[in-house]
Amino acid sequence: MTQESSGFFNWINNRLPIVNTFERHLSKHPVPKKVNFWYMFGALASVVLIIQIISGIWLMFGYENTEEGAFSSIEFIMRDIEYGWIIRYMHTTGASMFFAVVYLHMFRGLLYGSYQKPRELVWIFGMAIYLAMMAEGFLGYVLPYGQMSYWGAQVIISLFGAIPYIGESLEIWIRGDYYISGATISRFFALHVVALPLILIALVFMHLIALHEVGAGNPEGVDIEKHVDEDGVPLDSVPFFPYKVLNALVAIGIFGIVFSVIMFFFPEGGGYMIELANFEEANPLITPEHIAPVWYYSPYYAMLRAVPDKLGGLIVMAAAIAILFVVPWLDRSKAASIRYKGILSKIAMTIFVISWLMLAWLGTVPVTALRTNLSIIGTVIYFAFFLLMPIYTSIEKTKPVPERL
Amino acid sequence: MEEKITTRRKVLIGMTSAVGAVGASFAAVPFIASWNPSAKAKAFGGPVKVDVSKMQIGQKIQVAWRKQPIFVIRHSKEALQNLSNVEPKLDDPNSLKIEEPYRDENPTRSTSTEYTVLAGVCTHLGCAPKYYPEMESKPWDESWVGGFFCPCHGSTFDIVGRVFKGVPAPTNLKVPPHYFDGSILTIGEERGTV
Repeated sequence: MTQESSGFFNWINNRLPIVNTFERHLSKHPVPKKVNFWYMFGALASVVLIIQIISGIWLMFGYENTEEGAFSSIEFIMRDIEYGWIIRYMHTTGASMFFAVVYLHMFRGLLYGSYQKPRELVWIFGMAIYLAMMAEGFLGYVLPYGQMSYWGAQVIISLFGAIPYIGESLEIWIRGDYYISGATISRFFALHVVALPLILIALVFMHLIALHEVGAGNPEGVDIEKHVDEDGVPLDSVPFFPYKVLNALVAIGIFGIVFSVIMFFFPEGGGYMIELANFEEANPLITPEHIAPVWYYSPYYAMLRAVPDKLGGLIVMAAAIAILFVVPWLDRSKAASIRYKGILSKIAMTIFVISWLMLAWLGTVPVTALRTNLSIIGTVIYFAFFLLMPIYTSIEKTKPVPERL
Repeated sequence: MEEKITTRRKVLIGMTSAVGAVGASFAAVPFIASWNPSAKAKAFGGPVKVDVSKMQIGQKIQVAWRKQPIFVIRHSKEALQNLSNVEPKLDDPNSLKIEEPYRDENPTRSTSTEYTVLAGVCTHLGCAPKYYPEMESKPWDESWVGGFFCPCHGSTFDIVGRVFKGVPAPTNLKVPPHYFDGSILTIGEERGTV
């Protein structure tokens, strides 16, 4: 890194801080020495992001973004392009796995208070990524122009129609037509492959920069920055290379096995990852018997259906996502980790997880009176978990958090 | 003097930002407007004609207009007489919440005394409701009086498309512009318009 050093690499390094950046953000980046498997999902999410980008680019080679061509071009990719089927199933499996690891990653955040001071912005950027992913997933699901693409999009775009006064013109503006047509497909394609991935990558970058500024958390909720050596490196930390790289490689290996098994043997995921109605071309005249979202949207869809009012349903669904953004300010606990929080937090967390899973199931099954009532209960619990958080986290007795990890 | 300069700078920054903001809004116009339906999309979708004389009493047929389902139902006399009986269960029996093109003309809501013409698009989230004319117990309603059921979110409408109370759909199904020439039904324009 000195001016005198010679050689091509040094010539570059004196002009572009490769070594510095690499050491700061990768090889020497200090991470807590004791974490558990819950801390692997962030790395896995970045692996899936790369899988999605690569398989997505390859899908674009065969896909046609027109009303007439969209569905048949997917069939063309599946049947006529060599290994096209594996590229497509990689992308569809990747979408589901992206949500799976991100949900587990978010749950880790809730479990160990990863959003607490000073990591509020890390959490907020993460939530923005989640929001962008939901939009990205929805847009991508419309592109094959199958029955479920069409009717799913019909339902989601009609949600905007619930907005007073401008709703109806907004729907037409989004579609660019009076029904979901080629105009809609081509704009969704542009957003799905260019606009949103750019936003997504920018957000991931911010998420990581913010994380590296404040450092990663740990399952004990110990602030490792309190005890540092003479260089300012936390005593309870280890450098990312080689300690965490090896951990991450094991996690990626296991993840790769799970991913491959799904991709090769269960690419439709029993109709929850690619819905069976989507193997039929879009027909604007016939609604499938049962419209359900893919599994990763289903808890919020169940909330939408729980409200017997068009605008009310939209508001509840939007609020369910919005409330996640303010979690850092709802948790008033002295302890970050669930291990040191009180009994109330533990009970609340358990009920929350059960009701979230129940909502996820309810969002995928047809409506009956009983299920609507269950959805209402689940929705109330979901909001109660967050809205009552300032109360139960401040009145409960927490265990003392240790000094060192 | 110092203060004067600061004030002057603030005014200049304020003015520049304001002019910049106006410029940015104008620059946004083409980007936003390009998402509106194109001239081609607007021109698409002239009226469609259908001969309804072959329809059985109680039958429902489906016609596509602007790629949207249009329902045509031929009612029996008994069914039409029953319309006023279901009114207490309806949210808006006289279609006051929406623009009703043929208000007070016929109980069928159309220009005909026998046929109903409806846009088959649920006013909740746009699915095509299904027709269940029989009066019998259904999974969604034990005392079902006949009408439309939307499979997506459980909205229900009576046989002329009027929404029942307590369902997610906010308004009655829409009636598209149409007219009858004998047994020929034209959907998509009013009589006399070209």
